[in-house]
Amino acid sequence: MAGLGSACLLVGLLTALYAAGASLYGARSGSRAAVVSGRRAIYCVAGLMVTATIVLQSAFLRSDFSFQLVAEGSSTDTPTFYKFTAMWATQDGSLLLWALLMSLFSSAVLFATRRSLRDIAPYATAVLAGIAAFFLLLMVAWENPFTTLAVAPVEGAGLNPLLRHPAMMIHPPMLYTGYVGFSIPFAFAIGALIVRQTGADWIRATRRFALIAWTFLGAGIMLGALWSYAELGWGGYWAWDPVENASLMPWLIGTAFIHSIMVQEKRGMLRIWNVSLIVTTFVLALLGTFLVRSGILDSIHAFGASTIGTQFLTFIAIVILGSTALIVSRLDDLRSEAKLDSLMSREAFFLVNNLVLVGLCVVIFWGTFFPLISEALSGNEASVGPPWFNRVTTPLALVLVALAAIGPVVPWRRASRSGLVRSFRLPLAVMAVTLVALLAFTNSADSPLALIMFCFVSLVLTVVTQELWRGTRARRTITGDPWPRALGQLIARNRRRYGGYLVHAGIAILFLGVAASSAFQDQKDVRLSPGESFKAGGYDITYVRPTAEVGRDTAGTGAPITFGAVLRARRGDEVKMLHPSRNFYPSQNLEAGPIGRFFEGEATSEVDVRWGLRRDLWTAVRPDIAELEPAIREANAKFTNSSDDIQAIVIAAIVQKYRNNAPPASFRAIDSPLVSWIWIGGAIMILGALIAIWPSPEARMRRVTSIYAARLGKELSQA
Amino acid sequence: MDPRRKRKLRLFVALTAAVLLAGALVYTSFSASTQAKEPSELIAGAEPGRSYELTGKVVNDSVDKDGEQLTFRIRDRDGHESLPVTYSGVVPDPFREGREVIVSGELKQGTFVAERDSLITKCPSKFTKDEQST
Amino acid sequence: MEYVLAVILLTALVTAIVLRPLVLGVGEDDRESVNREELEAAKEAKYREIRDAQLDFEMGKLSKEDHRAIDRELRAEAIEILKQLDVVDGETNPV
Repeated sequence: MAGLGSACLLVGLLTALYAAGASLYGARSGSRAAVVSGRRAIYCVAGLMVTATIVLQSAFLRSDFSFQLVAEGSSTDTPTFYKFTAMWATQDGSLLLWALLMSLFSSAVLFATRRSLRDIAPYATAVLAGIAAFFLLLMVAWENPFTTLAVAPVEGAGLNPLLRHPAMMIHPPMLYTGYVGFSIPFAFAIGALIVRQTGADWIRATRRFALIAWTFLGAGIMLGALWSYAELGWGGYWAWDPVENASLMPWLIGTAFIHSIMVQEKRGMLRIWNVSLIVTTFVLALLGTFLVRSGILDSIHAFGASTIGTQFLTFIAIVILGSTALIVSRLDDLRSEAKLDSLMSREAFFLVNNLVLVGLCVVIFWGTFFPLISEALSGNEASVGPPWFNRVTTPLALVLVALAAIGPVVPWRRASRSGLVRSFRLPLAVMAVTLVALLAFTNSADSPLALIMFCFVSLVLTVVTQELWRGTRARRTITGDPWPRALGQLIARNRRRYGGYLVHAGIAILFLGVAASSAFQDQKDVRLSPGESFKAGGYDITYVRPTAEVGRDTAGTGAPITFGAVLRARRGDEVKMLHPSRNFYPSQNLEAGPIGRFFEGEATSEVDVRWGLRRDLWTAVRPDIAELEPAIREANAKFTNSSDDIQAIVIAAIVQKYRNNAPPASFRAIDSPLVSWIWIGGAIMILGALIAIWPSPEARMRRVTSIYAARLGKELSQA
Repeated sequence: MDPRRKRKLRLFVALTAAVLLAGALVYTSFSASTQAKEPSELIAGAEPGRSYELTGKVVNDSVDKDGEQLTFRIRDRDGHESLPVTYSGVVPDPFREGREVIVSGELKQGTFVAERDSLITKCPSKFTKDEQST
Repeated sequence: MEYVLAVILLTALVTAIVLRPLVLGVGEDDRESVNREELEAAKEAKYREIRDAQLDFEMGKLSKEDHRAIDRELRAEAIEILKQLDVVDGETNPV
């Protein structure tokens, strides 16, 4: 079967090259047949990638260890869900995922535009084919996921336990959907530049893809943060790790892009800016894919030196140089007629929003690549940590949230003073009341920055509510519908607008959670023996007793041994029993001994998070199993050749020792206010984005009515 | 003021602001940064009282946990010179002998005293053949 | 062996799919309906703008004078698109 997979890759590469060639030939010579042929070739590539993926996935599901990837990343005792998702835990497999998504998305957009954009589409096809060809070339020449082993091992190495978490497994496909999604508007922008059709056509055709990409990338980033919080033993959700930053940067520029294309659609402005933004987004997406696998930056993700780093950098360089040359050569076609009328206009605020987002990205880029920059400038490799990142990004984040409140209210072209007063009266009043209430009833004043953020959040939420209310009221005066129906109709008929407002509300709520949890959390690290207590935040926490279990894998991750603790947390009247633990996975390293290898493998923290709307209680334990080592060594010697059953009994006995006589264990407990609102805010953002993306069936109805209305208007103006 | 002058003024203000912010960015980053060094570089010459990020591999059989405190040795990625490290705080899950780590702290009398919770361990390489911890 | 066979088979399959338009030719539907689709999309976008401006006015964001000016501009642009659509329609369906 591996031969079929490899064949799909080779034929796929050749087909992609053909697609590019045929499309370019069709574009230059005017041969429609060549263009159609090129498009069909892309469909073929998609089919080949689907076939290849099925071949690989079936190998994982069958635990076919003749496939090198399966032998390295899976095992017979890996739960099925993680067998299925192990494909993209590896470099080769994730290249295949990229190629799969790339070809599918390309097919979708080419199918959708098969009867329009006749001049642009062939060049866009060539670009998309070129990108697909690059990833296929990487696989065919260097990192073939279908490499086979001459001798298939009996058992595989298993999936890294740290990755055995549902969020971690959906995270890569989501990110890649985002990265690939942004390549679609990029390709069409390049096509538009080549044929000098720099109007809004390419934007209109690819807008949905940009939004889908933005949504998936954002969801992927959120899942990564959620995984970090719920699965890793440090209790945070964002560490400004280079790999985290690598996914955030394209998302920020993508956000700027989906705002500024609205300006081009409405006013024809910012054309140079838009093409530059989408090129930047795509380059950052490539960079993001590359950074995770290159090892050039110190990060927990950096998997050592990669074999394909140079190729990636070369490709990125080609994209940057080619796009820049193209933009510069088309500058005349890109200059817009319209100019900014007034600073008090939505165009102006979108521009400011763009500058803030680009500024955030520049800042994060600088900090992420600082080790390389400082080495180049001063000879010393230096790095900046989370405190620096937090310090420089917080002011920009504050401005961003404030803009999210102002933008929706300011109309296009120019705002009237009376209109502004009428729109901001209520939100500012509510903000003032919020400020006073926070100062009076909470200790928010302890963190001025958090306080400012809370005020801006209240501003956004009031503005969004006001917009919904005013819009509903306006609808009611026309249709006389009852409130709920009017509201529903309002949103349904203006999905882009109100979906967008919902996203703004979501991001405000997200920052509410971020501000509250970072400024007001209480974290305690202690070492306790059973029976001892400590305080964290408003909780009194007692270490009740240690736990040690064999074969009871509550997390469903395939861990044979679990050591943990039972804690009792009391706050006022509420009492919670907490069960943080640590899973131990067997190592493949036989040097540790037949018994010892069960204690020497990877270990992961199974955190106990008590989610709450007002606060989260997060606990983790690090049991000290050093005292078991004499027993383990003894068992290694005595039971080397015993059967599996006897070894299991021995292990259970050793594990029992811990339960009966546990040394002090290390605990971390964090009382974080309002952390859950980060995830709630993220979910609201996604919901809002989905509303904005969803095509409306009423559009057809409206088209008919509008035709007559416009025709009437036309005849009236002629009279 | 006619529109063209207004636009030029806006551009000038924006550019000045950008330059100032960029300057602030560069300044804060250089002053807040810590240098990354391998053990051989620190042994060769380290400023006393200056905090560094020590990177390298954990030497086999050098890990010892005594209550709260963890001691181990770090050696150059591709070399043999090593330094002893004393550390307290959260130990990341992937931490193991032979793995690459980064820890921040100061060199005091031949021992690298690490800052609390500053230990970072790189995820084990999944793309090379070595599954054994060496 | 499996690999070589698969390559040959897949190449043959792809070639068949890809050469079809070159061999059989493509339908001549096209110039007019293509333009039509692009114009329709532009028209839709313009109507959305008119409606958005209307909503802004009803919600009090735009003053009556501002709305009137913007509405007039947008409707003029919409009329241009309608005219172009008429030209395309006239070409395909000569009355």
